[in-house]
Amino acid sequence: MFNERVWKLLADSLWPLLSKGLTVTIPLTLASFTLGLALAMVAAFVQVAKVPVLRRLARFYIWVFRGTPMIVQLFIVFYGLPGLGVYVNSIPAAIIVFSLNTGAYAAETVRAAIESVPVGQFEAGYMVGMNYLQIMGRVVLPQAMRTAFPPLFNTLIGLVKDTSLAANITVVEMFRTAQLIAARTYDVFAMYCEVAVLYLLFCTFLTWVQHVCERKLEAGR
Amino acid sequence: MLKIEHLKKQFDGQAVLRDVSLEVDPGDVITILGPSGSGKTTLLRCVSFLERADAGTLDFDGIRTDLHGADRRTVAAVRRKMGFVFQSYNLFSNMTALRNVTEGLTVARKLPKAEAERRAMAALERVGLADKRNAYPSQLSGGQQQRVAIARAMALEPDVILFDEPTSALDPELVGEVLAVMRRLAEDGMTMLVVTHELNFARQVSTRTLLMDGGVIVEQAPPEQFFTHPQQERTRQFLQSFREREGHVH
Repeated sequence: MFNERVWKLLADSLWPLLSKGLTVTIPLTLASFTLGLALAMVAAFVQVAKVPVLRRLARFYIWVFRGTPMIVQLFIVFYGLPGLGVYVNSIPAAIIVFSLNTGAYAAETVRAAIESVPVGQFEAGYMVGMNYLQIMGRVVLPQAMRTAFPPLFNTLIGLVKDTSLAANITVVEMFRTAQLIAARTYDVFAMYCEVAVLYLLFCTFLTWVQHVCERKLEAGR
Repeated sequence: MLKIEHLKKQFDGQAVLRDVSLEVDPGDVITILGPSGSGKTTLLRCVSFLERADAGTLDFDGIRTDLHGADRRTVAAVRRKMGFVFQSYNLFSNMTALRNVTEGLTVARKLPKAEAERRAMAALERVGLADKRNAYPSQLSGGQQQRVAIARAMALEPDVILFDEPTSALDPELVGEVLAVMRRLAEDGMTMLVVTHELNFARQVSTRTLLMDGGVIVEQAPPEQFFTHPQQERTRQFLQSFREREGHVH
């Protein structure tokens, strides 16, 4: 099955795939994760701080984005919105959907982590004269982010693979590149296995980064 | 210096404090004894606004305020002159011992870092933990954590420090070091309000001892009178039950 021709195809495809991975998949992941995390912090904070109206808005947002398939969201933004006169390019559409999705999941992670910080930390902060925001920023969030770190990294690793869904809205990322080569050469099995191995490598690298970061966090405690 | 009048507090319709009044003079070391559920911890928490009283007034160093309706600024002003030591220490677990002490000084009091560290080191030295300044709470024993917590309260130079069962969470062999620090603090003239189960500490260190039960102050007297000639039957019962329990231990 893997004759000489196939091996040559795999070798020739490696750089086109890898370069799309490095120039599209990874930037798409990092941009969406950064925006999503910022969104998650806000959505978690307004809930924990019980900000009126905004906390309800946050619940609604999380409810919608956790409750609908990401591919449907992508289709609504990219293929659906033009029907309302709103045109979004494929890459911005992907970033919007991925960050909103990441934000919804990560918001719950961050909220749970903040709520796991004992109330005594707040009380001690108040009694040394700090206000709510100072305690949040200097005492509670640093402790919460340490707790949230492993599950957030999970979300990040999940997102690397989920960016392949953007192939459905014409974003030529790593998976779409593999699809195009497979369509031309009919070496479907080999091409999809190759791209799978590349995703695996990316995620393995991230797992290693997580491990190193966690050791650093542990040492600082 | 500190005067509480007609303090009342209910939890879910259950009266925890029924009309408590208490006056504290500078240099007083007041120990509050009582069975669990008697309201003694709630008393400290209402005075420091960690819990909102249903009614009552507080007169503290020229600040006269309603314990129920005090606004944020008044609460901050009261806390500025008040230290609090918790049963479970509540050190900031993401900070070293030194930063636990400096944090309030730099963030809330806006002291320059060098000045804050100087004051923090002096406080850590007084509790005998200057050498542990770079340790995180998780690297310290319970007794050491509580001593850092006392240093944190001291460094803010409060007019009174409230202690909420400061030794109740400690292993028995660590109780002594914390009580020794508190004893020294009392000898240096710090005004202290101490909720405790340490009868010996109450007897030897306090200027006045209180018994609380059922949300009221049953009796208050200088310790020699409180322990040898209690006026109330309830106080006699309480002391008796304690002595029996200690008798079982020894």
